[in-house]
Amino acid sequence: MHPAFSVIFLTTLIGVGQGLFLALYTGQLYSVVEVVPVEDSHTHYGIGSLIALAFLAAGLLASFFHLGHPERGWRAIARWRTSWLSREVIVLPAFMGLVTLYGLVHYFDLNPVLFTFRETFRVDLSLVIGALTTVVAFLLFLCTGMIYACIKFLQEWATPLTVVNYTLLGSASGFTLATAFAAYQHSQLTDFYAGWAVLLTLAAMVTRVASLIRNKRIKHKSSLRTAIGIRHSRITQKSQGFMTGSFNTREFFHGAPQAVFKSIKWFFLVTVFPLPVILLALGMGGGAVLIFALAFAIQYVGLLADRWFFFAQANHPQNLYYQTVG
Amino acid sequence: MTQLALVIDLNVCVGCHACVTSCKEWNTSGSAGYLSDMNPFSHDPTGTFFNRVQTFEVGEFPNTETVHFPKSCLHCEDPPCVPVCPTGASYKRDEDGIVLVDYDKCIGCKYCSWACPYGVRELDEHQKVMKKCTLCVDRIYDHSLPENERKPACVMACPTNARLFGDVDDPDSEVAEAIRERGGYQLMPEWGTRPANHYLPRSKTRITIHEDELTRVDNPLKKERQLPMPDKDAPTLDDVTSW
Repeated sequence: MHPAFSVIFLTTLIGVGQGLFLALYTGQLYSVVEVVPVEDSHTHYGIGSLIALAFLAAGLLASFFHLGHPERGWRAIARWRTSWLSREVIVLPAFMGLVTLYGLVHYFDLNPVLFTFRETFRVDLSLVIGALTTVVAFLLFLCTGMIYACIKFLQEWATPLTVVNYTLLGSASGFTLATAFAAYQHSQLTDFYAGWAVLLTLAAMVTRVASLIRNKRIKHKSSLRTAIGIRHSRITQKSQGFMTGSFNTREFFHGAPQAVFKSIKWFFLVTVFPLPVILLALGMGGGAVLIFALAFAIQYVGLLADRWFFFAQANHPQNLYYQTVG
Repeated sequence: MTQLALVIDLNVCVGCHACVTSCKEWNTSGSAGYLSDMNPFSHDPTGTFFNRVQTFEVGEFPNTETVHFPKSCLHCEDPPCVPVCPTGASYKRDEDGIVLVDYDKCIGCKYCSWACPYGVRELDEHQKVMKKCTLCVDRIYDHSLPENERKPACVMACPTNARLFGDVDDPDSEVAEAIRERGGYQLMPEWGTRPANHYLPRSKTRITIHEDELTRVDNPLKKERQLPMPDKDAPTLDDVTSW
């Protein structure tokens, strides 16, 4: 497939936004049970939600560049019964709304304690909103992943690993950003976030490498035999019907030389996983903001490459019909 | 149920591209808007087409066979492109099974083209909506045309009658009969899309001759033996010359 930059930015940016929210909420959850110190609602959760929202909005904006008719984008909510894309279009704004609500409740301190659990743990309004938002965040990961995983003949994508990878990679980058953010605020949660970021990055590395191994060994079900329905072991294309390209040759081939294709794989394997983990580990225990910010920047650039590779690696069966110009 | 479809006879397709040009001509002049071209008269011309003819070579020289292969939307009975459309712009008509795109609803997200294993949907570069074969839906029901012209433009154009059009669900139709009796098959059956369009395989008329039928080993009637020379005094053909 031809990697579209709009979709690369959409999926990576909302992944960061979702991950950052999940980081903030994890922090809050741990502070309720008094495992980690309580952070300031106003500056930490309020501003943190705003940053998450900014990433989500940037992702949403990027998605419009993918559309031929962005002004009709609202129509995309119509077929949520059958289309994962439609579901994503509904869930993304819903998630943004909930993050806004979560941030506002924290920022303006409209956060009454609803009830006290076992007379120790105070469950306030933001905790309830956050729980709901967390569910929606995971729904959004599911929708984004399933858009690709549900196309069964794109065999590189049609695996549960696609959804798992979107979830883990998004979460890992969000937690890395949360670490940089916490370090900037001199928050006591810095190491807590950094630990989670390392854990999630390593988990994502396992599942992403698993999907790469799977894709390397994939056996494509379609062949030129089934494509034109002639049972012969030796079929070659002599003409694709036109000389200078069409939608079929532009949309479904990545067009990069094999050397570039391979080096992008190694680039993201280094920049998404080991480098951020090393930087996060170095920064733990009172590190500077810069080292965490660098970890996030490197990981995000790596994720762009990862997403490029994700698209480029998918082999569409229609390509069988476009092997030779003529 | 009605399922209109094309049946393409690979046995007689000569790869002349008449269906391609006729399709383009009809559909670029249609009420739904033109099929746009980019740089039609300069470097790297490209454009939107509903139908293409490709050529494949089967076998290894000298035992090769050239197969011309027309490819357009197969109007699947279980079209994978339809459920993925987020707006409902892509739909399959209940009354005749034609898969169509509502150009006013399409947002140009290209997701349906990803979800089609055959690569028969194209984004129009000017109108920015997804386009595909309509089976000339604006022709086949047009009562201002004579009845024998209410067929898709490609079918009308084919000089070798390689394209048959009709209702594949009607067992008595020409197309259903052709599929049944001449081994009509579907493309990429592995994905369960159940294409309505079928292809008729190439077939050869063969005669089986055994070696012993070519040279007569025994000749009981002595049919081809060399005749003995007649007697000197036997009458000759013209009674003048003698042996």
